[in-house]
Amino acid sequence: MAKQRVIPGFGLSLGITITWLSLIILIPLAALFIKAAGLGPDDWKKILTSPQVLAAAKLTFGASAAAAAVSVVIGLLTAWVLVRYDFPGRKILDAMVDLPFALPTAVAGITLTSIYAPNGWIGQYLEAWGIKVAYTPTGVWVALTFIGFPFVVRTVQPVMEDLALELEEAAASLGANRWTTFRRVIFPMLVPALITGFTLAFARAIGEYGSVIFISGNLPMKTEILPRLIVSQLEQYKYEAAAVIASGMLIVSFALLFLINLLQRRLNWQAR
Amino acid sequence: MSRPSATTESGPVRWLLIGLAFVALSLFLLLPLAAVFVEALRQGWDVFIKAFSDKAAASAIKLTLLSAAIAVPLNTIFGVAAAWLVTKFRFKGRSFLISLIDLPFAVSPVIAGLVFVLLFGARGWFGPFLQEHDIRIIFALPGIVLATVFVTFPFVARELIPLMESQGSDQEEAAVTLGAGGWQIFWRVTVPNIKWGLLYGILLCNARAMGEFGAVSVVSGHIRGKTNTLPLHVEVLYNEYHFSAAFACAALLALLALVTLGLKTAVEHFTGHTTKGRH
Repeated sequence: MAKQRVIPGFGLSLGITITWLSLIILIPLAALFIKAAGLGPDDWKKILTSPQVLAAAKLTFGASAAAAAVSVVIGLLTAWVLVRYDFPGRKILDAMVDLPFALPTAVAGITLTSIYAPNGWIGQYLEAWGIKVAYTPTGVWVALTFIGFPFVVRTVQPVMEDLALELEEAAASLGANRWTTFRRVIFPMLVPALITGFTLAFARAIGEYGSVIFISGNLPMKTEILPRLIVSQLEQYKYEAAAVIASGMLIVSFALLFLINLLQRRLNWQAR
Repeated sequence: MSRPSATTESGPVRWLLIGLAFVALSLFLLLPLAAVFVEALRQGWDVFIKAFSDKAAASAIKLTLLSAAIAVPLNTIFGVAAAWLVTKFRFKGRSFLISLIDLPFAVSPVIAGLVFVLLFGARGWFGPFLQEHDIRIIFALPGIVLATVFVTFPFVARELIPLMESQGSDQEEAAVTLGAGGWQIFWRVTVPNIKWGLLYGILLCNARAMGEFGAVSVVSGHIRGKTNTLPLHVEVLYNEYHFSAAFACAALLALLALVTLGLKTAVEHFTGHTTKGRH
């Protein structure tokens, strides 16, 4: 590092950052992987392919993907309305979008359960149609969508605000109607942000615990998500199994984030 | 907003989209929020008030405040130091470091609790040593604080990094040439520039610290009146079918969320600039 530093504090801030990062995040996570690696590949395979883990993984990743996909639709609509239109209540709507970030997950969990329970505000009408939400995989999906869609709004919104109106004017002057302009001009520019939003919502959903466990009912093989399965392993003092499931989850989420980062970089590069 | 008509939609389409967004967000956001307070007050004010005079509730509130009072300042110091490091200096591994700071966002809260159980639990690495010296970390305050610190780790840094990056270092460099010392620059130049972003980061960090459920639930052991934070107390009450009391405590936490959002909006109003980011 030959360049001279003008501003002081490099050593101190580096020291604090690395120390705190190592103590709180890196060493504990390393301990988790070491604990899991203490078991051989055979044990890993046995734990990770047990029917209960497979069922929980299917539910967790499936419901997370479905929730992130719906979040993209709701998030795009919300961001569009907030950025493009002026209407009474816009500011309040804008502030409300952050509610799922700020609301403690346990509060979201018991509240969503009470709303979607068979006698709840929404649940009773769905029940009449024969749709059950609480204590089913659908309930897991509802909770994860609640948690996930603000991520999409908040990643798409700034990009939308920066869109150049000239491009839309050009499209209109060339005879494109609004829908064509949206489809062919606006939407492609939003794709990288939508992918980022999807990823963030998906990653958050995979690990989500508090808002899900109340509405899901946690029936093994049916409505038990992976984080809940880890807790139940811990409650049975199966530390190794818990560590293996957790490591598997982390590896998958890190890999996903990495892959989608790569994809996004490529898209960004193409858009340039 | 008067836009040229070529770049906006016809009236009906516009109102249809606004209407759709309103319906979606009302169902999704307002209804749950209303439900918390309606359920909390279902059996009247007396039951609502009584939920807080309970001994276990009082101790849960105390523990929640205490653990946030420890975790938030620690992560604030870290957040400021980390933001200073990655925005004032360019060095090898800088972008890797930024990704590491974000790492806790990709880790399930349950796993954040689990790692500390594996380290300090009775059968964890340091378990025998801790037992010998009669130090309790898991199922006690230190474990709860550690788990809280883990999940709230990136909040302050995440707010400050984009803000300080966009402000650049010109003012600090000017202060250096005028002979100011490091701390002088920090307190008299940097802090006044970043105070709103810093405040907002601390608010978010605090809201998450007080509301954290998954990570704390794993390390707390749910000892009533001892290691239950307010969110855990909500769970206990709910599982014991004390719904009104559970929702009363939940309403208190929901109020905290609303105050956080209100302050956030106020901060944005004051600074005239948005602090929207990923959380």
